[in-house]
Amino acid sequence: MSSRSDSRFGTSQLLFGLSVAILVIVVAVPMLLIFFNAFWVDGHFNVLDVVKILRQPETYKALGNSLVLSVGVTFTGTIVGTFFAWLVTRTDLPFKKTMKLLFLVPFMLPAFIGALAWKMLLSPRAGYINRFFIDVLGFDGPLFNIYSYAGIILVETMYLFPFVFIQVSGALERMDPTLEESARISGADLLTITRKITIPLVMPSILSGALLIMLYSMAHFGTVAVLGIETGIYNIPTLIYEKIHQSAGSFDSIRTATVLATVLVITAALILWLQNRILDKGRYQIIAGKSFRPTELKLRGLRVPLLMLCLVYIGFTIVLPTVTIFMVGGLKTYGLPFTIENLTLTNYRYILFEWDLTRDAIWNSISLGLTSALITMFAGVIIAYVIVKMKVRGKGLLEFLGMLPFSVPGSVIALGVILAWSGKYGINLYNTVWIILVAYIARYMAFSLKANSAALEQVHDSLVEAARASGATMWQALKGIVIPLVRPGMVAAFFLIFLPALRELTVSVLLYGPTTRTIGVAIYTLNEDGETVYSAALAGIALIIIVLGEVLIKRLVTGKNSA
Amino acid sequence: MADVRIEGISKQYAGRSILSGLSLSLDDGECFTLLGPSGCGKTVLLRLLAGFETPDSSSIAIGGKVVANAATGLLIPPDQRGLGVVFQDYAVWPHMNVFDNVAYPLKLAKTDSAALRERTLRTVGLVGLDGLEARMPSQLSGGQQQRVALACALVSEPHLLLLDEPLNNLDANLREEMRFEIKALQRKLGITILYATHDQEIALGISDRLAVIDEHGALRQIGAPEEVYEHPGDDFVFRFLGIANFLPVRRDGESLYIGGSMAAWVGPPPDKAGVQLSAGFRPSDVLLYRDRNEHDGLPGIVRRASFLGAQVDYLIDIAGTLIRAALPSHECLARQLLFVQGDRCRAGLTSVQWFAGDIVASTQA
Repeated sequence: MSSRSDSRFGTSQLLFGLSVAILVIVVAVPMLLIFFNAFWVDGHFNVLDVVKILRQPETYKALGNSLVLSVGVTFTGTIVGTFFAWLVTRTDLPFKKTMKLLFLVPFMLPAFIGALAWKMLLSPRAGYINRFFIDVLGFDGPLFNIYSYAGIILVETMYLFPFVFIQVSGALERMDPTLEESARISGADLLTITRKITIPLVMPSILSGALLIMLYSMAHFGTVAVLGIETGIYNIPTLIYEKIHQSAGSFDSIRTATVLATVLVITAALILWLQNRILDKGRYQIIAGKSFRPTELKLRGLRVPLLMLCLVYIGFTIVLPTVTIFMVGGLKTYGLPFTIENLTLTNYRYILFEWDLTRDAIWNSISLGLTSALITMFAGVIIAYVIVKMKVRGKGLLEFLGMLPFSVPGSVIALGVILAWSGKYGINLYNTVWIILVAYIARYMAFSLKANSAALEQVHDSLVEAARASGATMWQALKGIVIPLVRPGMVAAFFLIFLPALRELTVSVLLYGPTTRTIGVAIYTLNEDGETVYSAALAGIALIIIVLGEVLIKRLVTGKNSA
Repeated sequence: MADVRIEGISKQYAGRSILSGLSLSLDDGECFTLLGPSGCGKTVLLRLLAGFETPDSSSIAIGGKVVANAATGLLIPPDQRGLGVVFQDYAVWPHMNVFDNVAYPLKLAKTDSAALRERTLRTVGLVGLDGLEARMPSQLSGGQQQRVALACALVSEPHLLLLDEPLNNLDANLREEMRFEIKALQRKLGITILYATHDQEIALGISDRLAVIDEHGALRQIGAPEEVYEHPGDDFVFRFLGIANFLPVRRDGESLYIGGSMAAWVGPPPDKAGVQLSAGFRPSDVLLYRDRNEHDGLPGIVRRASFLGAQVDYLIDIAGTLIRAALPSHECLARQLLFVQGDRCRAGLTSVQWFAGDIVASTQA
């Protein structure tokens, strides 16, 4: 069917070439360099050496930790997410709608800020809760040590469970209630229905959400970096960070990092492949696109206790950490009790207006977020157009390249970008904001492709053909018909990139230079340097920016829909 | 002038041949219909003419100008062919109001604003959408959207209009109304129309000439509607133009028998030679009688009777073959011909198309 391109030669070839170029430069080259550096030693292919690296205790421990932590988080996150999803969709829990919104809030909060807050509350010696138990209640030791596997799993679960919650509550809402009703009429009791009908039907959603948690947790830097390094718990991303930062670019440490990155990429690809298979299989017709009103289980006596449980959970995941961050951010010195005379606003003023390091960080994050969102939005719409709409030779390659960003974790992208842009190939961007920008574009390309492809799928081919028949050239049809119709998708892509970029840590922590800290990096390094109150104050400001951004978008999106 | 010449055109998709060696020529100012089942390649033919597809062989000329030639690789892009195209799914641009939709082709042609306004409003009026210029497509009914699409295709006054099942998504009343309007517009503007459809009623009603195409993309017959209807070239055409009954007829010397039975054939004599023949006729060609006189027609048993208001529909078993008959209700009442299931009857045939060989009856039960 390549023949169709003939009539659009100029524009279509241009778009195709541009798309391939963007993906090759931004994604493929860094990835290839990682594999190349991992497997190519002294001019030849070497697998033995890779095995040797994997057998070093440090490496296999990190691999093991990544596995243990991500499996643990997946397990707890799936249970918590499924339970709350069922509670807010299928029962008569009071204030269900509000609860549902509240359960989505942890998604907005950066996990590493949460980790920071929990460190302040539950670190074995200095944590406020532990100290309260030791000093006031006379405990011999800390109540709970957050610097542990259990602590890391707990904190990650709090911020990652929405992956399952969203998928499962969506599936439960879209499930045709007549399926359950007919089972009921056939004489099945509620337990049987849940076991034999409801759970099998939502199983694909549960599994796919669980795999998302696993994918995210496997590649997650922040929480482990904040809570694990103290007691020597490294996972793959934190070990990559350690290797790159601590050993000042020696060849051995870069090789170890590339081997770790390779393992991470393979695991991520495997998880995504599994997820695709599950979703393909699970595409039951019975879960329709439209919303039904499902039958609700009467909780009776359990209504209030379960509501309390939800509120306590939300209190622990959202309210307590947020309050802690703001309170600690207002302390004169870390460790003082929270009394009025110890609290001040000077920290916030200092950070916002006086200290170059934090002012730079805020400015860097905002400008990087805006620039990367804009560039990625436009690049994404071009690439998505070629993939979804055009019939050109070599599209398979483009589809493959377009899938890559989905499966490449942030630390891998950062490492690849270091290998590609550190002057070895003519251009040295190391220690500049540009290297972070390039990495952000690679990291968020997947979001843009997803949003823009979805929008483009809605634009029927005949709309473009009708324009062509009306006398529009390819370019005029794009400008007059396609772009206006996918604009909502482009706006969505912009914000899907801008907001996460504002709080990004995993990528920028590997790439920052003296003047190119981002907000995330500044919070993280301030905490590392023991500047806990400034770290908390900056985290507080970051939370305000993030929440304002989210609210603004909600406004924009709903305002558009109602117009 | 917009006559169309297609000579032996072929098109393949993924190794599957859609059209092979199809030739067609349309005269200037005629309304020509491509009639065929879905998947017969009529849409592909339209897309070839519009320039959305490239022919694998041969060439296409519109108004004496070659627009596509597989041998030389010449291919004029769609925007330079000066056609009007109306798609099956309307293809009305959802982000523009009615006026902007209709004015879009003129805007592209850089028409000055006074003329653009005047011509757009005139075309909007032509399709009967006056007063709705400011509406968005989402505020219009399906029929109104279809009119917008039609106006869009007409506004630049093309000489050739390509219509791909444009009435498919409309309800029956609207379809009929639009059919008359398209025909009236065509007469008024004197444009050439190529209309693709699988609906024989529209095809017969709207065309000056029509071409019947089978599911393999082969041309079966070209002619005026009444010619094709009254003198179908083969059983495919006969079957495609309406509900068709076939009765196998066997010639034995001078005598004619129905199928394998010993029942004699009563009705118009065959105009074809051969031993095995098939008699084709429409439900409306059947006259029913009470089983009294063997000269009245073929002996049959009523298997099903359905009263449908204006007419009564019968399923009749004639020597093992089921046929359908449709009689006007008032006639049945006046002549006491309301049969019930199991009644014996005689079926007289007023008009028969003869085909060679035994065609398996495609009676819809």
